[in-house]
Amino acid sequence: MTFQTAVFYAFAALLTLAALLVITSRNLVHAALWLVLAFFSAAGIWLLLQAEFLAIALVLVYVGAVMVLFLFVVMMLDVNFDKLRERFKSYIPVAWTVGILVGVEMALVLIGGYVGESVAPPVAPGAGYSNTKTLGLQIYTDYAYPFEIAAMILLVAIIAAIALTHRQRRKTKHQNPAEQVRVRRNDRLRILDIPVEKRD
Amino acid sequence: MSYLSQPTLAHYLVLGAILFAISVIGIFRNRRNLLIMLMAIELMLLAVNLNFIAFSHFLGDSSGQIFVFFILTVAAAESAIGLAILVLLFRDVGSIDVEDLGQLKG
Repeated sequence: MTFQTAVFYAFAALLTLAALLVITSRNLVHAALWLVLAFFSAAGIWLLLQAEFLAIALVLVYVGAVMVLFLFVVMMLDVNFDKLRERFKSYIPVAWTVGILVGVEMALVLIGGYVGESVAPPVAPGAGYSNTKTLGLQIYTDYAYPFEIAAMILLVAIIAAIALTHRQRRKTKHQNPAEQVRVRRNDRLRILDIPVEKRD
Repeated sequence: MSYLSQPTLAHYLVLGAILFAISVIGIFRNRRNLLIMLMAIELMLLAVNLNFIAFSHFLGDSSGQIFVFFILTVAAAESAIGLAILVLLFRDVGSIDVEDLGQLKG
């Protein structure tokens, strides 16, 4: 067993374990932290596959940004865990049936297609090869248009997320000029008919 | 033991399949909890990305990695908007249970 194989199996085991714990843990914070571990292990496996840029991007974008967002939302929401557990058991048979079906189908496809014959091991790149440089060259030439679309998607996501969660504060004492102009006499002034009192 | 000599393409594909099956189970198992469902979707995307990168490595074509780049972008946007909708939902309904979300039912 080479060192590379040992690393692959270690990361694969860690990834599978972390994924199982994400879907089975009762506590949402624990689930989010296990998901962080899953992303780290996946980044390790991507490094084995010589996708250095994407491995680092996965750690930076997912562990650094998306998971922090998840943790933020988990801690902001005051979720009633006891209520969530009530009818918890009833879905488990369906879950395992569907999961095992998906697993068996994929295993059939993979065993038929890839396990028997081995794809030739890839040629090792030369000394001056840079994964990031290759990706950058391709993104800015062949994939420039999709790249711009991706930028637009991110912009739309920012605006949508802010527009959805933004809440107007009631307490701020700002003035509304339109209302001030539109105001009528009756809105502001009330004349009371008070009888004049006579002094005895 | 030819399995143990060197990780082949099949190793990575099987790992991706296992990960995908686990997240499918997670989506069905945690029907009461929208947040865990979102996390399971993230895991699913991770499994797909793993397949893309494995093929890209073994076929010697870096286009697969470009695809993963775009998938990561879209997934980040998806989770940001998904979590925003979740927060909004929690403010309105007071729970993140899928069963409680029947307001559109006639």
